[in-house]
Amino acid sequence: MLRASVIVFPGSNCDRDVKTALERITGFPVKMVWHGDASVPASDLIVLPGGFSYGDYLRCGAMAAHSPIMRDVIAKAKAGTPVLGICNGFQILCESGLLPGVLMRNASLRFICRDVYLKVETDKTFFTNTYRAGEVIRVPIAHAEGNYFADAETLDRLEGEGQVVFRYCDKDGSVSAETSPNGAQRNIAGIADPTGRILGMMPHPERLYEDPLGGTDGRRIFESALVSAVAAMA
Amino acid sequence: MKARIKITLKSGVLDPQGKAIQQALGALGFEGVNDVRQGKYIEVDVAGMSEEKARAEVDRMCRDLLANTVIENYSYELAP
Repeated sequence: MLRASVIVFPGSNCDRDVKTALERITGFPVKMVWHGDASVPASDLIVLPGGFSYGDYLRCGAMAAHSPIMRDVIAKAKAGTPVLGICNGFQILCESGLLPGVLMRNASLRFICRDVYLKVETDKTFFTNTYRAGEVIRVPIAHAEGNYFADAETLDRLEGEGQVVFRYCDKDGSVSAETSPNGAQRNIAGIADPTGRILGMMPHPERLYEDPLGGTDGRRIFESALVSAVAAMA
Repeated sequence: MKARIKITLKSGVLDPQGKAIQQALGALGFEGVNDVRQGKYIEVDVAGMSEEKARAEVDRMCRDLLANTVIENYSYELAP
């Protein structure tokens, strides 16, 4: 039986949304795991949800990255368990060192809550195999710190290794400084580790996965995870 | 003993908050403000260790949590 765990930090606020999305789309039973716990139950997928863990004190995700549960999340991620970090979850992945770089304050200094267009740069990850590379999708963002930064060498390596997964673009897929809502370097909206099993993304796929929510483009993140998890079992 | 820790953005890292402060200073009539960079100041009170040990501990605190060395530099001084 395939199972998922959602880590709940004090200040997480998208944890139940992502639990519902996982249950409806993948059918995985989902355990909610408190940040103070010492270990994550056996899982085929771990999600770090969006929100404002620890009130964004010090830096977004910095405190959560050092909370007790993260020791086991990091160990399991390094041993191959897929991990999806959405929004604050992406910030936590960067602060914990599982993904390179950092999410800084938006260049506009504003909290931005709206749908954006994303170019899917690769279908060769655990979470994007049911998208087409080059496809343009629409997913909402809701953040004040989504301005991805890494040094040029790291950015070149990410691009060279196919680890840039999503870029902010316009509806025709054109990527430019004007299509970056937050000032992110090279319009990066999401990156993966070299194995493609750890994905961090600022946009919220769990907010747009069925028609009553206004769109379905986020759905295939979870469908891809299902396909990948089933394939991993075989 | 107190560790007075300063955390600053590395040069080359854009600081939109600093820019906003610079604009506000301009709006208040302050002239000649070339640039503003915003950082953090943290005081940590440590006890029961030698100065040498305290330095090593504070350095590790900075690297492990207080600063993100991808974008930030840190410096500190110890005071009694």
